[in-house]
Amino acid sequence: MAIETIASPETSFLFGRLTWAALPLHEPILVATFIAVVIGGLVVVGALSYFRLWGYLWHDWFTSVDHKRIGIMYMVLGLVMLLRGFADAVMMRLQQSMAFNGSEGYLPAHHYDQIFTAHGVIMIFFVAMPFVTGMMNLVMPLQIGARDVAFPFLNNFSFWMTVGGAVITMTSLFVGEFAQTGWLAYPPLSGIANSPSVGVDYYIWGLQVAGVGTTLSGINLIVTIVKMRCPGMTMMRMPIFTWTALCSNILIVASFPVLTATLVLLSLDRYVGTNFFTADNGGNPMMYVNLIWIWGHPEVYILVLPAFGIYSEVTATFCGKRLFGYSSMVYATVCITVLSYLVWLHHFFTMGAGASVNSFFGIASMIISIPTGAKLFNWLFTMYRGRIRFELPMMWTVAFMLTFAIGGMTGVMLAVPPADFVLHNSLFLIAHFHNVIIGGVLFGLFAGIVYWWPKAFGFRLDPFWGKVSFWCWVSGFWVAFTPLYVLGFMGVTRRMRVFDDPSLQIWFLIAALGAGLIAIGIAALIIQIAVSIWRRDELRDVTGDPWDARTLEWATSSPPPPYNFAFTPVAHDIDAWWDMKAHGYRRPLEGFRPIHMPKNTASGIILAGLATVCGMALIWYIWWLAALAFAGVIATAIWHTFNYNRDYDIPAAEVTSVEGARTRQLIGRA
Amino acid sequence: MSASAASAAPGRTDFYLAEEEHHEPGGSTHLGFWIYLMSDCLIFAVLFATYGVLGASLAGGPGPRDLFDLGLVALNTTFLLISSITYGFAMLAMYQSDQKRTLQWLAITGLFGAAFIGVELYEFSHMIHEGAGPQRSGFLSAFFALVGTHGLHVTFGIVWLIVLMVQVTRRGLVPANQRRLTCLSLFWHFLDLVWIGVFTYVYLFGVLR
Repeated sequence: MAIETIASPETSFLFGRLTWAALPLHEPILVATFIAVVIGGLVVVGALSYFRLWGYLWHDWFTSVDHKRIGIMYMVLGLVMLLRGFADAVMMRLQQSMAFNGSEGYLPAHHYDQIFTAHGVIMIFFVAMPFVTGMMNLVMPLQIGARDVAFPFLNNFSFWMTVGGAVITMTSLFVGEFAQTGWLAYPPLSGIANSPSVGVDYYIWGLQVAGVGTTLSGINLIVTIVKMRCPGMTMMRMPIFTWTALCSNILIVASFPVLTATLVLLSLDRYVGTNFFTADNGGNPMMYVNLIWIWGHPEVYILVLPAFGIYSEVTATFCGKRLFGYSSMVYATVCITVLSYLVWLHHFFTMGAGASVNSFFGIASMIISIPTGAKLFNWLFTMYRGRIRFELPMMWTVAFMLTFAIGGMTGVMLAVPPADFVLHNSLFLIAHFHNVIIGGVLFGLFAGIVYWWPKAFGFRLDPFWGKVSFWCWVSGFWVAFTPLYVLGFMGVTRRMRVFDDPSLQIWFLIAALGAGLIAIGIAALIIQIAVSIWRRDELRDVTGDPWDARTLEWATSSPPPPYNFAFTPVAHDIDAWWDMKAHGYRRPLEGFRPIHMPKNTASGIILAGLATVCGMALIWYIWWLAALAFAGVIATAIWHTFNYNRDYDIPAAEVTSVEGARTRQLIGRA
Repeated sequence: MSASAASAAPGRTDFYLAEEEHHEPGGSTHLGFWIYLMSDCLIFAVLFATYGVLGASLAGGPGPRDLFDLGLVALNTTFLLISSITYGFAMLAMYQSDQKRTLQWLAITGLFGAAFIGVELYEFSHMIHEGAGPQRSGFLSAFFALVGTHGLHVTFGIVWLIVLMVQVTRRGLVPANQRRLTCLSLFWHFLDLVWIGVFTYVYLFGVLR
């Protein structure tokens, strides 16, 4: 039983199992990274102090309940974590292209295994999820003509819980180690007997802390969409991005509790010595695999549905046409939402559930390609005879259509159980899911970032560096992942560190070259942001509607005022803003009323900070600190409920002055 | 509205609301809380499913027949069901704006909840004492996880109930407090419903099997 392991002699009362040995001082790569992070951190902290920005950050951002600011903070988190996740990817590509002909490469096994685990966890939970949640936060309330989300405090709290999870995951780089189990931590490998160290505990608590935030944010955004749409905006007049956000959040609420419960059971196995997923005493490891994929499969649709929504907005805007087949787009989205729950077993056809079960799940998986195909045709028919403007968001959309179609087809191949028996766990699978996640989710997020950046900041992104990034990303993706399709067909399995067959090396070298191209693409993205901020006055947009777009977020100024809309808009058509423009809408210039808004609060960041401390204490078996931090969470939550005074009114005079400034800005342009 | 109507096409003068609609503060709370309950329901669904898969994995250890004392469970079930009724009385008193009776019924509800937790803790300690702790077998792991999670929820509900009693005492039955009492009411009845599932599926079926 596992109890003996827990009461290991190194555990002290004050520091649990945390000792100096937890610091990886003997690993030069990590020491160099640590030094770089410390220097970078000091520079940032120094700059913030020098420019006296701490108060501004704290009052206007960290404690803000404004959905736009929270959305932007989510995007910043996603971008920072993208750099970490991509560094892992480059390290893997280097290792695999080197480790031939008797060479062990440069990464020892225990380090390499942590890297592929961390890469998957970070890219899904702390890159894709913050990007998607941030995008929904930033755009959706504006699209439905709302002033904020339904539960603004909860929104702030959710964000900080996501940050807390990211902090826990990142800490594992320098204190202790991360899981060496693969990104879903299957038992019995992730059990205490086979992974006695802190790696899996970092994994568990990082995801648990972030998962609470994700679930609450899902609830929040569903209620926002259901209850806070402006007058006239019926369900079938909602922008497609809002529809996909609704379905995505329904999936979040219907799947993240499963992840939470599953990880609780895994932690009970590790901490208490229970037998849920052990190989003996009546445990059943396959139960874990089923449960984790009941969360895991909907998760990929949580990510890709909002991306589909972005493509829909972009296609309609840049073709100057109403989206082809609005209703079929909605029904396709809802179909995918339902079907995503009926296919989880296709991740482990080889488990041996039998022909009937595999057939059911295989067919259900293939059926998903029908609504997805309908969406693709809708975008194509929108482009047909449209006046297409090939600006960056549209370029990303076209690249997506080409890339995703192939990723979808390899997906249908994997959905055929006999084919899956050959391709299971191979690099073909790796190529497939990168094909749909990069080509589907990430391209969509890039399209969305370029598209909505002017709305968030009031100036456009520099198109030249955007195009450099675009071409490097798209070509780099194909150079990096086509070899993996080939290798997968040849039977190379995933997560390998060294290879015996020298004829495989050329493919890994090509893949590494592709990773290099993507690296240039990421660098160009960062340069693009920097250059755009530098040249913001040239790129300024005062109209609030730089793309001649169709939905309500473009009806207000860029960036929108804290209250979004001085007067709540009324929707008369699917593309409400297009309809307003077509029918001679005039901006109201007088008659402003006070606007009721929520107050900022520090409770969210305090609660999430305490939850993060609690998670860290549990990882290191520092029980007194865990108990203290947990009690702190409860006490702070209760303390927060004693504050009944959470709203304030923006006085009419202030609204008048903000709107007057905008009027002068618009006149100055004309 | 006149500002926008000046040059608009006929029939399309109302692009925005000139008068702000009055929104009841917290008007979305009930829907939000209901969705939260459904997410919690899924956590219980996972635990029920786990019990369903592992419930027969005794690993040579004691089974439901050896361990469950239906008399004790019946007593416990009664405590919890009565607490639901008394919470209902608290809500009725709240609707009549009778603060004192609301608080009285809430106190009684809390006591029945505490009694339920007490009996459950006695049952757990008794089982662990007999060597049937959560580490013994897959069945016992699943049992303790499901029943224990429900117990934790009830404990949390009692803490919440005490906090609400303090808040009602300090501020009276203001709309915010009424809203909170309604949410706790949903929570409390939801736990009752889950317990009926536990009682039937774990205890009754367990002894029958």
